[in-house]
Amino acid sequence: MPYEAWKDNEYIEKLVKELQESGTNVIVGSLDKLINWGRSNSIWPLTFATSCCGIEFVSLGAARYDMARFGWEVARASPRQADFMMVAGTIVHRMVPVFRRLYDQLAEPKYVIACGSCAISGGPFKKSYHVAMGIEDIVPVDVFVPGCPPRPEAMIYGIMQLSRKIKVEKFFGGVNRQESQKEFLAAHPVEGVND
Amino acid sequence: MADIKEKISKLFPEATFAPDAAVTEITIPDEKWHDLAHTLRHDLGFDFLITIVGMDWKEQGLGCIYELSATATNACISVKVMATGDREKPFVHSVHDLWSIATIYEREVYDYFGIIFVNNPDMRRLFLNIDWKGYPLRKDYNDDPNINPVSIENERQTDFTDMWVERDGKIVKEERRIFQPEDFVVNIGPQHPATHGVLRFRTAVDGEIIQKIDIYLGYIHRGVEKICEGLTYPQTLHFMDRLDYFSAHNYHHGLCLTIEEAAGIQISRRAQVIRVLMDELSRIASHCLFIGTYCMDLGATTMLFYTLRVREQILDIMERTCGARMTFNYDCIGGVMQDLHPDFVKDVHALLDVLPRNIAEYNKIFTGNVIARDRMEGVGVLSREDAISWAVTGPNGRASGWACDVRKLHPYSIYGELDFEEVVRHEGDSMARFKVRMDEMVQSAKIIAQLIDNIPDGEYCVKVPKVLKLPAGHWFKMVEGCRGTFGIYLESDGTASPYRLKIAPPCLPAAAVVDHITRGQKIADLITIGGSMDYIVPDIDR
Repeated sequence: MPYEAWKDNEYIEKLVKELQESGTNVIVGSLDKLINWGRSNSIWPLTFATSCCGIEFVSLGAARYDMARFGWEVARASPRQADFMMVAGTIVHRMVPVFRRLYDQLAEPKYVIACGSCAISGGPFKKSYHVAMGIEDIVPVDVFVPGCPPRPEAMIYGIMQLSRKIKVEKFFGGVNRQESQKEFLAAHPVEGVND
Repeated sequence: MADIKEKISKLFPEATFAPDAAVTEITIPDEKWHDLAHTLRHDLGFDFLITIVGMDWKEQGLGCIYELSATATNACISVKVMATGDREKPFVHSVHDLWSIATIYEREVYDYFGIIFVNNPDMRRLFLNIDWKGYPLRKDYNDDPNINPVSIENERQTDFTDMWVERDGKIVKEERRIFQPEDFVVNIGPQHPATHGVLRFRTAVDGEIIQKIDIYLGYIHRGVEKICEGLTYPQTLHFMDRLDYFSAHNYHHGLCLTIEEAAGIQISRRAQVIRVLMDELSRIASHCLFIGTYCMDLGATTMLFYTLRVREQILDIMERTCGARMTFNYDCIGGVMQDLHPDFVKDVHALLDVLPRNIAEYNKIFTGNVIARDRMEGVGVLSREDAISWAVTGPNGRASGWACDVRKLHPYSIYGELDFEEVVRHEGDSMARFKVRMDEMVQSAKIIAQLIDNIPDGEYCVKVPKVLKLPAGHWFKMVEGCRGTFGIYLESDGTASPYRLKIAPPCLPAAAVVDHITRGQKIADLITIGGSMDYIVPDIDR
């Protein structure tokens, strides 16, 4: 995709600027680039779907939208082997502890995409007594993909955004995203889990 | 119907009948309810419990409405039972010994309204946490989020359940075990790739043999019925898309029919034809996805790509007309949202041309495969009697020899004039459930072929008042979703929003019966049996 086609370049640019401000060692910087190139092209999703959005995710895996083109097709059933979580569907009260535990079980570095309006804000179930209004209070979110459900194209755009973010990360040393993740986890502790 | 009335009033002088109702409605005090239920079940042949509707009539108290049907005569009956006791502890007698599915239905009513069913062996909440405060469907429920906050701590688990029994004229609570201390319990779900969503089975196994399954629901319970009570009628419609998202058109159709009947709206012939066309298209798409995911459960991943090819073609047709791939929101009160796309007829013809070839291909690749046959034939057998007692409708019920197609039994819209066969098989195993769906695709294509060249002209949506108020009363309507009988119970108090909207989904019985049909089977077969029941978890949990 050409640079102009992206809708939110300012955000990524801000991220790059923040990273460059501290300066990079030539060797570490080159290694970073190499590692990020590899990682951003093989991000594996966790098979996690609660409702309608999950079916669009199935379509995404099938021949027509074919996410294998981008190296995302290796959907893992175990969080230990996955890189990111596509939160496809509504998260309700009973699901919250399970969802949080799955997130905790993902191996670092890990990413979350909030897919669909339910995961973003509760969506059409805003007035419900049993729906968690957005997953942002439960786990840190990297990319939001709006829609009810989002079209597979929108999901592709969302995951591509994620891989752009991965490309500008610092693998060695302080990773800005992971700093904020640590802060987030400190602010939202779970009893018995030592982050 | 008159002789049933006569018989009942002779045996039960306490029973009262609603005057000039279309369906016989009986009101009976709770003391006599179990006796009446026994008579209805064993003497009068009402063997199919469609749903139990919990109700909160404010000052008049809490109660239940039982919707029953007789499979031999197709007669329908509804029984209203008022709960005894105060609002703190209302009691109704359980009928779980007469209709197996009542065990789950009563738990649902208990969860929503706090009505305790005396003698039900398992009085736990069904969807909400054990420690949930209040009963959400009651009219005086306090939905302050601080009372029931979102918690990231694991919920309390227990091996015990309550049973309320009558002893010396008093109703007392007894504690019972779900699993025995020596049971080896394996947890499957809610995060599991083959449970088709967030469904959880607590499975007691002896070696590889399943002894008991405790089904644990509520991981996607969104409380649609409660939200609907605060919305106007047109606003309630879009939730039907998000229950069973493969039957979006069918469920919309069901709710629209109910509201139109209540409001006395006559829709045009064109709208009826469009609705039926969309219903049948979504049935083909739904069964396609079933075949794909089911084969994937059995290890044949390739099939998914073949079946999704047809599904994508159908989604394209729908997208051009409805503007969305999944949540269409197409049927509306008075007709449909917008007219058909100019290319609709051409596109559907293209689909009908490729469909037979595709079905032949599926059969060639998969149905005759020796591994598939070994894993499906004779596995998970559900007898006809059990299917009726567990209210397993739709393709699952028809695979067990129960002709339960609402399109044939209670023809709605224009189904009465269409020529199609009801696919019924008698083996009752996973293979039969698979083949019924294969054959239903052919029948749906037959319906579409009859209609596609004869779409009448006319308006696609009649004028309905901007603010739609229904007269006070109640209505119960059934339609055939892709997975079985979808029931809508609507009660109105004369305002612009429903007093109670009960959704009776086909997937809840299909999931509840898994415990019954997997006992004694291998644990590896649990996935294939569950897959063949084709339940959609958001439809179970609502």
